[in-house]
Amino acid sequence: MRIITASKICDIVEQLCLQANFILRPDALNGLKSAHKRETKPLAKKALDAIIANAFEAKRNKLAICQDTGLPAVFVELGQEVRVKGNLKSAIIKGVESGYKKGNLRDSIVSDPLLRGKPGFKPAIIHMDIVPGSKIKLTVLPKGFGCENKTQLKMFKPTVKIEEIKKFIVDTVRSAGADACPPYVVGVGIGGSADYAVLLAKKALLTKLQSPNSQLQAELLRGINKLNIGPMGFGGRATCLAVNIKKHPTHIAGLPVAVNISCHALRSATKTL
Amino acid sequence: MLIKNLKAGQILSLSGTIYTARDQAHKRLVEALKNNKKLPIDLKGQMVYYCGPAQTPKGRVIGSCGPTTSSRMDEFTAPLLKAGLKGMIGKGNRSAEVIAAIKKHKAAYFTTFAGCGALLSRFVVKKEIAAYKDLGPEAIYRLQVRNFPLVVAIDSKGRNIFKTVK
Repeated sequence: MRIITASKICDIVEQLCLQANFILRPDALNGLKSAHKRETKPLAKKALDAIIANAFEAKRNKLAICQDTGLPAVFVELGQEVRVKGNLKSAIIKGVESGYKKGNLRDSIVSDPLLRGKPGFKPAIIHMDIVPGSKIKLTVLPKGFGCENKTQLKMFKPTVKIEEIKKFIVDTVRSAGADACPPYVVGVGIGGSADYAVLLAKKALLTKLQSPNSQLQAELLRGINKLNIGPMGFGGRATCLAVNIKKHPTHIAGLPVAVNISCHALRSATKTL
Repeated sequence: MLIKNLKAGQILSLSGTIYTARDQAHKRLVEALKNNKKLPIDLKGQMVYYCGPAQTPKGRVIGSCGPTTSSRMDEFTAPLLKAGLKGMIGKGNRSAEVIAAIKKHKAAYFTTFAGCGALLSRFVVKKEIAAYKDLGPEAIYRLQVRNFPLVVAIDSKGRNIFKTVK
């Protein structure tokens, strides 16, 4: 049995918080650069210039790429042959808290959703999976709430036409409009149960920006970019950089589809121990 | 330049004083107006920036400080314009009610580079607390900005650069 101390995990989570918030994911940055090449509308191009310049500014000066450093989510894949010495969940929450304090990130978490109160740095959201093996994989996703607020779930009938599903996904982006910092990366979860589809849609954002490798993806990307929302809502070609899809087996009576939109500042960092 | 003469789509750079205010500050300001209480800041002729900055790193004026989604402030905007507010800076489109109030009060709504908080922090030369300190990042801060980049999104005639995508 491999032993990993909770304090080691705390340190790693702290580092991942800093990395994710200061350094834009390379695949997201590349997606933005190629969108910049394709863009012809002057104001849209200016917006993409600013986004790319911002990524460099953040990295160089260790500043948060976006002031909304999110309700950070930590995804844990815990190998079943690992024994964590100490309290794993508290270590993760503490790691996020200290990373966020050290990095001068934002205290955006209110302890009671109804009473609100003074915001702080905890607790982070934790998603835990037990997997085979003796490793532990940690991913920090500091997703802002401007785009999180645009999340939608729809429980379709199992006999639904694919066109209706596509319409739902495109309409979700349409209703987000300029609000959630386009160009977007659109995470889609198809299948599972209601809760699971929503989680899949978010997990879809953790994988590299997918270039369309199915007809569905290609049509969605085309449909969304036809909306002409454009960078920062200024109109233009780049409304969406990629549509990332995750599927899962589901029930004979249903077909859940969830959409979780990411802003252009798609931030996450991963480390495997 | 007079706010009422601005045109949607114009690119500007702003130097002067702006106040940050977002959800909870808006709620408090509008409640105070409703109860005929004195506001902690004088809104007459001022501009608010929908922004909750990140913590300020040592040796810097302010942390990352981009705009937040404006539509969440829609229900609070008309009363503030009535109280003398002249401009708002944020991201995304506004409601029909807000656009009507902008026209009525000859104000304007601006947007800036959304999701570019690190870059925008360079244009802030001074930051001080103005009100509601207990709200943390949602408090009202008085910012002095120099050459802060703006795009006129909705002008005093109601022209709007964010088309409603149907």
